[in-house]
Amino acid sequence: MVEEKTATTLVSADNLTCIREERILFDELSFDIQAGEIVQIEGPNGAGKTSLLRILAGLSRPYAGEAKYKGTDITRCRDEYNDDLLYLGHLAGVKSELTAEENLNFNLRISGYDDFETNQILAKVNLSGFEEALAGHLSAGQHRRTALARLWHTNCKVWLLDEPFTAIDKKGVEELEHLFLQHAQNGGCVIMTTHQDMSIIGDDILRKIRLDYRFI
Amino acid sequence: MNKGISFTQAFFTLLKRDLKIAIRHKGDIFNPLLFFILVVTLFPLGIGPEPQVLTRVAPGIIWVAALLASMLSLERLFKADFADGSLEQMLLSPQPLSLMVLAKVLAHWLLTGVPLILVAPLLAVLLHLEANSYGALMATLALGTPVLSLLGAIGVALTVGLRKGGVLLSLLILPLYIPVLIFATSAIDAAGLNLPYSGHLAIIGAMLVGSLILAPFAIGASLRVSTN
Repeated sequence: MVEEKTATTLVSADNLTCIREERILFDELSFDIQAGEIVQIEGPNGAGKTSLLRILAGLSRPYAGEAKYKGTDITRCRDEYNDDLLYLGHLAGVKSELTAEENLNFNLRISGYDDFETNQILAKVNLSGFEEALAGHLSAGQHRRTALARLWHTNCKVWLLDEPFTAIDKKGVEELEHLFLQHAQNGGCVIMTTHQDMSIIGDDILRKIRLDYRFI
Repeated sequence: MNKGISFTQAFFTLLKRDLKIAIRHKGDIFNPLLFFILVVTLFPLGIGPEPQVLTRVAPGIIWVAALLASMLSLERLFKADFADGSLEQMLLSPQPLSLMVLAKVLAHWLLTGVPLILVAPLLAVLLHLEANSYGALMATLALGTPVLSLLGAIGVALTVGLRKGGVLLSLLILPLYIPVLIFATSAIDAAGLNLPYSGHLAIIGAMLVGSLILAPFAIGASLRVSTN
């Protein structure tokens, strides 16, 4: 059973090439990401980490190559993929005019869920007592947590997270790491970019994909 | 965890969110309306208060002002969502994109189109519009302003990624607005002369149905291009 799970490829890159502002960020990049893997995309600023995540999410089109979900090009199985994908970009998608609770409620409902207690989920990201606060009045970390709260109520297998730890305190980072491990054990995969060192997810579990800054 | 949200529920969730945000941001509703009222009230001061002159130009003034007011408010449709990342989330949500987009356009029309329709008869009094033209004025605005929102949204979706898309937006969508303007004002003129104007209304209605069906797909595709 476990054997079978680890053998499923969820997301793969097939000879991806990305060009931005006439600069090649990466070319002929290929990898497969299996269920149960936690992957960190690393590299200096401007190396194309965010571009790679956006291509994997289907937001950007690569210059050449294909991003695949379970072996099919993501543009050809968009509905199926979106149903299984949780993408948190550099911009959190949190509306500052709405309260933390309204934001979470909206995000979950638009992802299709109708059976949740926003208070309980917000408690898990330490936002108890801030349910009624406008997101615009929250601190940067709390703002980020409002977006991250979705991770606690999802059955999506593929998590694409762009700098999930930005502005999050140490304890929060640890909680997120536990969550990632749990998600990986349940047959999901996490693909993230971060510059921060992780304390709980060790190097033996974490797989790294390195992008280098190129001058051509 | 079950995914039990139907398309209708998703549609109304988004509609409610957009209305809620607009209500907390009152300027968004009042700016276009204020613009509309100001333009229409300035005209009698500019061209003189003679009723014959005003009656002649009233349909044109009201419609041009409504058109510009609706264009003025368009940028807001996707700009804020683009800036804070909500647009990306919308593109990646499992709900059909054209449905989401339609909810946003409907919210935009409810916030800008409907107030214009409601104040229009009042401003028509200021411009001495012929008594028998009021029906036509209301009917053309009711059918025409949703077309303006739908067509305008295509332009906004195409220019949302550009830093200074304002001028380009006007250039893109003004030509699309012109047919609506022509048929609407000639319908009001016809009504003033006691001629039948159902033909004009039928054409505006056809534009509404056509854009209602096709625009959501065009908007969705444009958004995907713009966020690339």
